[in-house]
Amino acid sequence: MTQAMEVKTLRIDGVDVSARADQTILEAARENNIAIPTLCHLDGLSDVGACRLCLVEVAGTNRLFPSCVTRVEEGMQITTSTDRLQKYRRMTLELLFAERNHVCSVCVSNGACELQALGQSQGLTHIEFPYRFPQLPVDASHERFTLDHNRCILCTRCVRVCGEIEGAHTWDVMGRGEKARVITDLDQPWGTSESCTSCGKCVEVCPTGALFDKSDVGTRARKHPEFLTYLNEMRGGQS
Amino acid sequence: MARTIIIDPVTRLEGHAKITLQTNDRGEVESARFHVTQLRGFEKFCEGRPFYEMPTLMSRICGICPVSHLITSAKACDAILAVRIPPTAAKLRRILNLAQIIQSHALSFFYLSSPDLLLGMEADPAERNLFGVVRANPELGRGGVRLRQFGQQVIELLGEKRIHPGWVIPGGVSEALSAEKRDRILAMIPEALAITQNTLAWFKIRFESFREEVRTFANFPSLFMGLVTGNDRPGYYDGKIRFTDSTGRIVADNLDPANYPEFMGEEVEQATYVKSPYYKPMGYPNGMYRVGPLARLNLSKRCGTPLADQEWTEFRSLERGAVLSSFHYHYARLIEILHGIERIHALLDDPEILDTHVRASASLNNLEGIGASEAPRGTLIHHYRVNEQGLITWANLIIATGHNNLAMNRGILQVARHYVHGDKLTDGMLNRVEAVIRAFDPCLSCSTHAAGQMAIHVRLVNTAGELMDEVRRS
Repeated sequence: MTQAMEVKTLRIDGVDVSARADQTILEAARENNIAIPTLCHLDGLSDVGACRLCLVEVAGTNRLFPSCVTRVEEGMQITTSTDRLQKYRRMTLELLFAERNHVCSVCVSNGACELQALGQSQGLTHIEFPYRFPQLPVDASHERFTLDHNRCILCTRCVRVCGEIEGAHTWDVMGRGEKARVITDLDQPWGTSESCTSCGKCVEVCPTGALFDKSDVGTRARKHPEFLTYLNEMRGGQS
Repeated sequence: MARTIIIDPVTRLEGHAKITLQTNDRGEVESARFHVTQLRGFEKFCEGRPFYEMPTLMSRICGICPVSHLITSAKACDAILAVRIPPTAAKLRRILNLAQIIQSHALSFFYLSSPDLLLGMEADPAERNLFGVVRANPELGRGGVRLRQFGQQVIELLGEKRIHPGWVIPGGVSEALSAEKRDRILAMIPEALAITQNTLAWFKIRFESFREEVRTFANFPSLFMGLVTGNDRPGYYDGKIRFTDSTGRIVADNLDPANYPEFMGEEVEQATYVKSPYYKPMGYPNGMYRVGPLARLNLSKRCGTPLADQEWTEFRSLERGAVLSSFHYHYARLIEILHGIERIHALLDDPEILDTHVRASASLNNLEGIGASEAPRGTLIHHYRVNEQGLITWANLIIATGHNNLAMNRGILQVARHYVHGDKLTDGMLNRVEAVIRAFDPCLSCSTHAAGQMAIHVRLVNTAGELMDEVRRS
């Protein structure tokens, strides 16, 4: 059964596009091959607007909108790449790099990291903010996987895939602000988690080397978050 | 008046160092000290990291010998996993290690030392470099570049990157060798062999004009230490530790590297960040020993490949017992390059090299692991302790340059005594003090786990600590 869905027309980067009323600006842009950088967004998961990389400008307001959680509206005039947006995107990335301890050269995800790739694509050459060098633990208690808080950017993809797709809800976020951490169960060591099914979905969707498979270290292995799209298709849900 | 001469920093080395020479009232050099002035801290900041990250992390100690650290670290991790890696994986690691030794020796001989050897110790410093070599003897210069390229390309073909490759992992290697890559390496071997043989022929004539240097460059009795295989060949990838004395007599043999704390002490000195390992039964500093190419050829009874064995026989006939002059490190390096190329060829000719079973898997089984292999400059040991999650709680690295530290100090003293007279610093003296260190090819960035700019700075300080004379070269 299909329901008629209202269609909106709008303009993105000077291109006239149409989109269903329930679509986001990001979805409408990508359907029309207009690239907007993202980090916390992943096709197949709900959106939370956490990373702020997908900010766009909308004519008529000085406010910036996160395109992954902003619905299209009739007559919107959107710009996805301006000097101001690029400056903010680089600043966001710099803050992510400065916040914890990202050492690409010795990271399991070196060459296959979404944060690193965004740094390169957004022309990030220096980190202007002082590095904070926090002392953060590594949880290697799980038999197959390791959690390294030093490389976590709190995108919460792991939290969402575990709750929404696997249905285990092992992962969650504890603490606020700079003290925020992803945790397993009620902040118990991952290896002792009773809810974790060891399915590895969290590892596959993690954009950095924060979650990794122990056997992948040194192998230049890549993660495969695209499994989500296939899985959702097979389940008959969204793709 | 008694004075102190400081050479700071020392050039054409891997890393940053300075030298202090103390003279007595008669103007004779009384003591020599080689200071490594920077600290890297790898043993400390790896604490808390997972052990399976160690090969990648530890290989960042050095851009010259990342492979040596990669392999030795992986071996320590193999011990933590308590696995025996598949035979093909061991052979592939062996090829990678030999390629590393070839490229590093080529760098040392051609890029760093051949300017002294070809143009002479007294040549104009502006000309005494690789470009000067290329102008004076294009074939020699080109050969050096090509030979280093050979080693680097083998590393790249196996490990994807020339500098800081991955591929070697706890349990073996991550990917099998393809027939196509094997054939590409095999195709490069004839040229590499020809360059090495031509250079050996040139050097054997050339070093006759360095008799004085041969006699005075760290030429003294000492122990030699290194890994030796069961059939008395140098054990580049693995083997048991052997100590011999200056007559060639075996002092200790079949020592398991994993028991190194029983026979190897490490002395910490105030004046330098490099520790001074010594052979424990003889105490400090009498337990001084040398490692590296010279030691390896002194410890073994052959190399194990036809062309290198001929050269080995000729080399060992230079002296009655062990070859004692550190000047002959250069000669030994060329023989090792020859052997490395031959050995790579033999390993690649074995059909088993293409076997796809190249990784053994296991989880944490031991809370401690020790790995050892021969790096270009000598025996390298990595020693880790982990907690039950596999996170590093303690690490100790013993680096080849460290083993040679006592001998280098002694060598500098010997050459300074011979060349320093009166109270004026001469270029000839400075050049030879530097050259004796260069003969050992120390890698200071590794041994202190240091980055720095090269230049030379010599200071003369009298007993009152006043600066008497100063020479600076950038």
